[in-house]
Amino acid sequence: MALLEITNLTVEFATAHGSLRAVDQVSLSLDAGDIVAIVGESGSGKSVAMLALMGLLPWTATITADQMSFDGKDLLTMNPKQRRAIIGKDISMIFQEPMTSLNPCFNVEYQISEVLAQHFGGSRRSYKHRVIELLEKVGIPAPETRLKAYPHQLSGGMSQRVMIAMMIACEPKLLIADEPTTALDVTIQAQILELLVELQKANGMALVLITHDMAVVAETADRVVVQYAGQQVEQRPVTELFNNPRHPYTEALLSALPEYAKEKTLNAIPGVVPGQLDRPVGCLFNPRCEHAQDLCRQQPPERSEGILCHYPLPLKSALKAASTSPTEVIL
Amino acid sequence: MNQQALIQARDLHKYYTIKTGIFRPNQSLQALSGASFDLYAGQTLAVVGESGCGKSTLARLLTLIEQPTAGQLSFDGIDLASANEKEVARKLRQTIQMVFQDPFGSLNPRQKVGDILQEPLIINTDLNANQRRDRVLELMQRVGLLDEHIHRYPHMFSGGQRQRIAIARALILKPKIVVLDEPVSALDVSIQAQVLNLLIELQQELGLAYVFISHDLSVVRHIADQVLVMYLGKPVEQGLSEAVFNNPQHPYTQALLSATPQANTHRKGERIRLTGELPSPLNPPSGCSFHPRCQNATAQCKTTAPVMEQHGDVSVACLLLK
Repeated sequence: MALLEITNLTVEFATAHGSLRAVDQVSLSLDAGDIVAIVGESGSGKSVAMLALMGLLPWTATITADQMSFDGKDLLTMNPKQRRAIIGKDISMIFQEPMTSLNPCFNVEYQISEVLAQHFGGSRRSYKHRVIELLEKVGIPAPETRLKAYPHQLSGGMSQRVMIAMMIACEPKLLIADEPTTALDVTIQAQILELLVELQKANGMALVLITHDMAVVAETADRVVVQYAGQQVEQRPVTELFNNPRHPYTEALLSALPEYAKEKTLNAIPGVVPGQLDRPVGCLFNPRCEHAQDLCRQQPPERSEGILCHYPLPLKSALKAASTSPTEVIL
Repeated sequence: MNQQALIQARDLHKYYTIKTGIFRPNQSLQALSGASFDLYAGQTLAVVGESGCGKSTLARLLTLIEQPTAGQLSFDGIDLASANEKEVARKLRQTIQMVFQDPFGSLNPRQKVGDILQEPLIINTDLNANQRRDRVLELMQRVGLLDEHIHRYPHMFSGGQRQRIAIARALILKPKIVVLDEPVSALDVSIQAQVLNLLIELQQELGLAYVFISHDLSVVRHIADQVLVMYLGKPVEQGLSEAVFNNPQHPYTQALLSATPQANTHRKGERIRLTGELPSPLNPPSGCSFHPRCQNATAQCKTTAPVMEQHGDVSVACLLLK
């Protein structure tokens, strides 16, 4: 049985202009030890889907799903108290901005031991050694001296390490990292990603990495979910997806990367992600798609082989040797 | 090159004085020490480094927001030291403009696009209202905005469009030099490509010189002619973009390149590991400031500070390359 099973999750927000569908029929199945990356531009619903799983959305959100279960427990019918016993213990989440997600009023020891005391009982003080051990694990030098430090005394990389220490304190089975390295420098980003993968291997936990950086995905994940305007447009193993993207959006996203540019002008995707009020008829990507045909402008596509497209790009094995795909260049 | 350099910087230094307390002596923070470069029309100089390496200080010096503590800076042949007189400084400022990182913070939310764009014209030129409007519309078209956008407020635009407004604002006085401080790092990949294309087109069309500050090496590799890699306020490697990227000499440049993830699934897990973080610039390490994080550091690195020297196509500040 899969650790996490989500089928057809839809999240709608009630707004002044009517209902906004932020997540549209998203499915995800995850086993222990998997690393899955969810990629997409801002507004593609990648964070909202995971926040729905965590139960962290405001009251304006309506969550519907055919199935949403974690470790055999149904998350849809669960009451808040039961959910709180799981959140932070078995499922935990790291947020984008380490500086704003730590509480500025409490020191590092307080914030980490609070998680432990909450889920395992006992006093916060009794967990001092465990806190030191955790800080050591996430690579903070001289952790004893850092116990009483407040978030403003830590650098961005350090705060993110403290966040990670807090989130792995209860040895979760599933860790969701929402853009964990976006606010950090490249050298620190490399350290944090390496740390996450190391911890994932050591504890055998499942890792969901939410990011907009295709390069981070390529180097870390096993499986990739590409989201566009709330929909999953492609879900495939990482090497296959990068070597042979089959949804036109994935292909366009990859060829927009400066690394793949053959000349000075980049292959930009024209237009912007559709908003609440300008949703196109048919396939949501059709106004920006260079392969769009009449059918795409009339009818929304059906999902086949994990790809949401009327005319998916052909498999490479079916193509002639002289392919023009941009990914050829680096391989 | 026979052509005169638009920016000529020689050994620029900027120190800030930090007050540590009423009875304690003031400390001096070396935000930038020893940056030198020439930038010609139509060229792009990229400044690369981690946060706190002096990239933004350099931008502040180049945009005349602050005066360098030491060193020589001249624009278009006019030495900054003689430009302290108001009139000269005022003229110089018109030739240098800046685009900021965050298009959500750099535009006044209470001003309409038309007002944002014509404000520089009101302050710096004698154009009348009609002429200003023509110039604004001309530029809006050029950066890909529609005429009707002139009456809209910034919050009605997406991130990419806002960055287009910011670019239009920078170009409205017909500058020769544009300082771009992480212009695309707040944007999504598909929008990033649009804005980069726009910047490249404008440069070719108007012969602008760009100072491009970024931490994203794949973007820098694409857009830059020259690269200046900085660490803790000091330049460590400098040269033509191709030379630096194809054959990085300084251990820091090598580590930076290897830390940058690539959209290539074959490269998993082979990289130079940089441990630790950037030391505090208030208390920089002795000798080479990179030695505590450098894998190849020797005893000499701890005592002797390296200077920039020419090694093949690039100049590098490293003792190990002798």
